Amino acid sequence: MFPRPIQTMSPAFQRSYKIALPIMLVLWLLPLLGVALTSLRPSGDLAAGNYFGIPSRIAFENYADVFRNSPIAQYLLNSFRITIPTVIGAVGLSCLTGYALAVYKFRLSLVVFFMFVAGNFVPFQILMVPVRDLTVNMGLYNTVTGLALFHIAFQTGFCTLFMRNFIKALPRELIEAARVEGVNEWQIFWHIVLPLVRPAIAALSVLVFTFIWNDYFWAMVLTTGAETQPITAGLNSLNGQWVAAWHLVSAGSILAAMPPVLMFFLMQRHFIAGLTLGAVK
Amino acid sequence: MTALPDIHPPKARARRRNSLTPWLFLAPGMLMFAVYVLIPIFQSVWVSFHDWDGLGPMRWIGLANYSELWWDDAFYTSLKNNVLWLALYLLAVPLGLLIALFLNQTVKGIRIYKSLFFFPFVISQVVVGLIFSWFYAPGFGLLYVLIEWVTGTGVAILADERYVTYGIIAAGLWPQIAYCMILYLTGLNAVAPDQIEAARLDGAKGWRMLWHVVLPQLRPATFIAVVVTVIGALRSFDLVSIMTSGGPFGSSRVLSYYMYEQALSEYGYRMGYGAAIAVVLFAIMMIFITGFIWKMWRDERGL
Repeated sequence: MFPRPIQTMSPAFQRSYKIALPIMLVLWLLPLLGVALTSLRPSGDLAAGNYFGIPSRIAFENYADVFRNSPIAQYLLNSFRITIPTVIGAVGLSCLTGYALAVYKFRLSLVVFFMFVAGNFVPFQILMVPVRDLTVNMGLYNTVTGLALFHIAFQTGFCTLFMRNFIKALPRELIEAARVEGVNEWQIFWHIVLPLVRPAIAALSVLVFTFIWNDYFWAMVLTTGAETQPITAGLNSLNGQWVAAWHLVSAGSILAAMPPVLMFFLMQRHFIAGLTLGAVK
Repeated sequence: MTALPDIHPPKARARRRNSLTPWLFLAPGMLMFAVYVLIPIFQSVWVSFHDWDGLGPMRWIGLANYSELWWDDAFYTSLKNNVLWLALYLLAVPLGLLIALFLNQTVKGIRIYKSLFFFPFVISQVVVGLIFSWFYAPGFGLLYVLIEWVTGTGVAILADERYVTYGIIAAGLWPQIAYCMILYLTGLNAVAPDQIEAARLDGAKGWRMLWHVVLPQLRPATFIAVVVTVIGALRSFDLVSIMTSGGPFGSSRVLSYYMYEQALSEYGYRMGYGAAIAVVLFAIMMIFITGFIWKMWRDERGL
């Protein structure tokens, strides 16, 4: 293990490590803690200049205010309406593509694979004008469907990379044996491979959920107005309205951050397995 | 001894019979990806040779958009900022390693610490941008007050042309360091303990151990960290849009934001000019993408 386990160090060193840990953590999360605290501070405190002291009381009404006086509930709902179909679509499509690229040996297999990988790295701006135009022409501009369709297509690139590598690591004998038995290709996919890739599906689902929930650029390009915009774009326009009402901005920010944070804590193992794919040989 | 090896193994015929199957599995995904990702790249290049407001007819103007870019000061400001982003964003890699080394211990509760250190990566860049705007806010922002307390005068970072880009990059580094940290924590977990022990017996420790024994084993993690960080730096858009909208006076623009501004701003839709900026950004990114893909391709072939 590197660095040396502190258990082999002097007791004084061990003690200082255990003191340093929480201090470092607080410093690291200081901006976030500040905002969390501000979201619970009554507006009177801010007006009186009490920015860092003990809040005069805990003001949950900031959250109630945000819900009552802004379309934030609608924004949050829109985010779910965009994110959930995208997760299902992109993960579903990539099960198919990943299977094709991992199991079959054909001449263009690597070329197709690297096309997905490379597409995944391109800057969004090179896609912006044509994708917006296409969405407008399909009559899907400023709809949840239009935004979700693009997300499905784009995320398929990353998901294919992930699925293909995952399926490639499965024991090939399983598939060969089924072929010898005369099981057809679709049934091999459906009955043998799909049950085995469940961990990959879980990992991809949490990752794609987080990526899409946090998307801001495409929301700005393909949607306008509160009926369709997700929370990220919504927060941007609310921020414009609530100039200097930091207790409201903070409460809105915390609300927007909640779903992916919960997702992360509930599915931590899958989340990290997904993010660190390829980080070890 | 002159017999040539059989160049038509009998299996080949059976394989050809199945050659349609993979394409059937690929079809839906490839179709979506082609329509929304691959074809638009070429369309953007095509649009960049036109004058177009996004609604009316497109007018062919050849290279006029590019020659306009050549004389555009705002373009150079954005380009310069992108270089700055790229250089400073890469600090996330060593800093992530540093935190990973700090946290790579087995004491009680360390798992919670690791998750909490990772926290900034999970929340949206919009929220990160708002958090840091608050952190920098003149008059009451935590950092502003701190600077005021140390030096006597506060600095309004986001309103000062000299500091604004650094301020935004610092906000971007926060989640990026967290990401690199998690990559390295996973990598450190897989470092071969016997090699470490052997090196330790040979008297290696500290820096020399890290450099000669540990880092070579962390190479896959480093590769991913660099790829993700470079792509992230060139894609930076959200934070600039949220924190400053490119200001003050356009001094914090980056290419991705400038493109968006030109193509979709309230000053009128200049799709052709926007597309030309996007093509330049794409060309810069292609240098890196080609390098990454080339390395991955070689690894794949080596298997």
